[in-house]
Amino acid sequence: MDITRFIPTNRKLLLVGLLILIIFLTTFPLYSKEYYIRLMAIIFMYIVLAVSWAMFSGPTGYMSLAPAAFFGVGVYTAALLYQLKGPLLPLPAVIVVGSLASFMLAFLTGLVTLRLKGIYFAIFTFGLVVFLKELINYLEITVSKVGGRHISYVSNTTVFYILLGICVATLLTAYFIRRSRLGLAMQSIGGNEEAAAHMGVNTTRVKILTFAISAVFMGAAGATTAPRLVYVDPGLAFNVTYSFIPILMAVFGGMGTLYGPVIGAAVFAYTEIRLRQQYPYYYMLTWGIILIIIIFFLPAGLAGLIPKLRDRLGGPISKLWKGGKAEEHAHT
Amino acid sequence: MTETILKIVVSGLLNGGIYALIAMGLSLQYGVAKVLNIAHGEFIMLGALITWTLYTGFGINPLLSLAISGPLLFVIGFVLHRTLFTSLKNRSPSPAALEGNSLLVAFGLMFIIQNIAILRWSALGKSYKYLDTVVWVAGTAFRVNRLVALAVAVGVGVTFYLFLTRSRPGKAIRAAAQDPGTAGLMGININRVLPLCFGLGAFLAGLAGLLISMCYTGSTPFMGLSNTVIALIVVVLGGLGSIPGSFIGGLILGLIGSIVSNWDTALVLVAFYAIFMILLLIRPVGIFGKK
Amino acid sequence: MHILEGHGVTKLFGGLAAVSNVDFHVDQGEIVGQIGPNGAGKTTLFNLISAALPFSSGEIRFKGQKLNGLKPNQICQKGVARTFQQTKIFADMPVFQNVLVGAMFGTPTRISAADANREASQKLEFVGLSAMSATLVKDLTLVNQKRVEVARALATKPELLLLDELMAGLNPAEVSEAMELVRKIRDEGITIFMVEHVMKAIMGICGRVMVLHHGEKIAEGTPQEISCNKQVIEIYLGEEAHAGS
Repeated sequence: MDITRFIPTNRKLLLVGLLILIIFLTTFPLYSKEYYIRLMAIIFMYIVLAVSWAMFSGPTGYMSLAPAAFFGVGVYTAALLYQLKGPLLPLPAVIVVGSLASFMLAFLTGLVTLRLKGIYFAIFTFGLVVFLKELINYLEITVSKVGGRHISYVSNTTVFYILLGICVATLLTAYFIRRSRLGLAMQSIGGNEEAAAHMGVNTTRVKILTFAISAVFMGAAGATTAPRLVYVDPGLAFNVTYSFIPILMAVFGGMGTLYGPVIGAAVFAYTEIRLRQQYPYYYMLTWGIILIIIIFFLPAGLAGLIPKLRDRLGGPISKLWKGGKAEEHAHT
Repeated sequence: MTETILKIVVSGLLNGGIYALIAMGLSLQYGVAKVLNIAHGEFIMLGALITWTLYTGFGINPLLSLAISGPLLFVIGFVLHRTLFTSLKNRSPSPAALEGNSLLVAFGLMFIIQNIAILRWSALGKSYKYLDTVVWVAGTAFRVNRLVALAVAVGVGVTFYLFLTRSRPGKAIRAAAQDPGTAGLMGININRVLPLCFGLGAFLAGLAGLLISMCYTGSTPFMGLSNTVIALIVVVLGGLGSIPGSFIGGLILGLIGSIVSNWDTALVLVAFYAIFMILLLIRPVGIFGKK
Repeated sequence: MHILEGHGVTKLFGGLAAVSNVDFHVDQGEIVGQIGPNGAGKTTLFNLISAALPFSSGEIRFKGQKLNGLKPNQICQKGVARTFQQTKIFADMPVFQNVLVGAMFGTPTRISAADANREASQKLEFVGLSAMSATLVKDLTLVNQKRVEVARALATKPELLLLDELMAGLNPAEVSEAMELVRKIRDEGITIFMVEHVMKAIMGICGRVMVLHHGEKIAEGTPQEISCNKQVIEIYLGEEAHAGS
């Protein structure tokens, strides 16, 4: 598809803005304190998790509760291949292996469950985290005779750049899928799966493919984050909280849009790094309440507020959004 | 040899009975109230920890404490459904959206309840001893508490099973599970039955938690998750929406778990999940499910 | 060769036969109607043709090829499209997008985005909805939502179109418009098989009608023949006819 065909001048403005942002981010570590480099890296990680979750569950409506499983696979791949006592592969290779492993897991999960009703998918993905934790725990204790593993050191700056790269890749993939045949197919599945099938959409194939693609980024993020955890055991790697957080961020920010999960991720990452250390339980408790409030009163998330703001502000800002949206509908 | 078999069977029935209670509770909530309550395990956890508090703090006998914890959890469940999930039903544009939304709300609840529990009870394991004496049956040693728990679990389970299949209100509940619309037309007050069943499910979870705390040590605020996963597997095994199926499925899985546990305890959940995967491949509707 | 034919088609739900041993055929270029009281099995028959439901026994052939065991998306790509009794539109998507889905995925070979866009525009114009391209379908009136469903089905380039109670819920003026649309579709060379309760439509546009009752085909013929058939009259008027006599 010809990209330049549907970029009007307002969009070109956005692209310039994005370019400036990319330049800013790429040079960020050169003039910032370690604390902020770490914060940005965490924000990137959360953006990856939130956007990749929303990539599949957003349009199709199939709630995947498995992000923790794919993230954990990435983490544990690093734990196995990038150990403190001697990495078996260079870090980029480890990340690729972690991504592939997540892809395979998601693909298999999809094969088993996505040909069935959505509820089976939700149940299976929910239990997957616990299953993997128990399985790997068993294998580690009985076969490898270890309780946990230490991971080799990687600097904050390296992690920053790798996560930035993964983040950009995730956002680009999400963006292009939305505008592609695959994106249209997914939306039709979310709209009415039976009708979609009757219009020629191979629904099972579409679902499995997108689900597996979304898992790739979660695995990559896991493998990249693992070195910062230093010590990893199956319980730490496969933690259901890592399923909760991406969903929370995406719903909070607005899972119908591309930028919604990004906003949600940024807000969550920032508040986490400030509050979670001191008040871990009140922190998660509050977010649980926020999630429920959002589902009831703001189902389209923060991003859902934008059209309402747009109507009130009018003027150039509204033209910026309206111009973009009309184009989006006419060209797919 | 007979000793081992007897131990396996008793253990299997005990766990199975507990699984049956948990799964029937979940099945009530999903089948009738149409909420896949992934926070179900947290109610089990509350049952266990409340029982611990009542026994170690106030000296109330665990079996009697059910009179407090049971209604308490029932009310919590009832209110939660009345406020949250009924409201969701009215706001959701389609059954698929309702399912997705209530799943997310339940997920949120799971974290809310868990974190409240950590704040109240801390993350450390809680245990107590009650009816810990040993009896000898057929040359095998059993603890009294386990036998009592088995009796209670299976007793309540069977009673509930009979209630559902033989009594009029029970049949009404099953009718509401199969077809809420028509059931409503037949004079069943859906607005009351749905939260009632949800509350009942919470009650059963609480009872299961009570029994678990009686027989096993180390109840923590984190014990809910694996119990929820087991409950989900049992519900699918028995057939989504079939409450009697959950009873049978629970017993079956309990026995299988006991056999696997005899070989290696750490493999139990793995084995359950493997069974789950095979089930999804060959007969997803479960034992009593309709195609 | 009939474009669509079924032999011994049966669908059982537990012990109940929703469709029982039905033989039927549709020839190229025809407009064939299916009538019968509610629960007669008409929509079930459509569901068997489009593979929304699996068979219990019997077979259905499209252009000589067996449809048994195929999935809905495969059947669509072979050239059978349908609309639904309860409109299954993509509510939160714009009208254009709805039809685009049909255009993009309904053909057996991959179609370019440009061609799909063109096809969708054409079909929207055909049903008269071009002005509403960008409107979300959930904001449309029922009759326009049905138009979207028809356009979407047509975008899949079918040779056979199954219309399931297209006229349901439409006022008399809308029914006439819909009848015109159906004729226009037939003039494009598409064969039509329709389930209807609105007798005006059946009498007005169908060349042949079959009557289902309790899952069995009890009569078949031209609209005139059917309207004179004693059994058919009895089923529809039931006790009234007896009470009158």
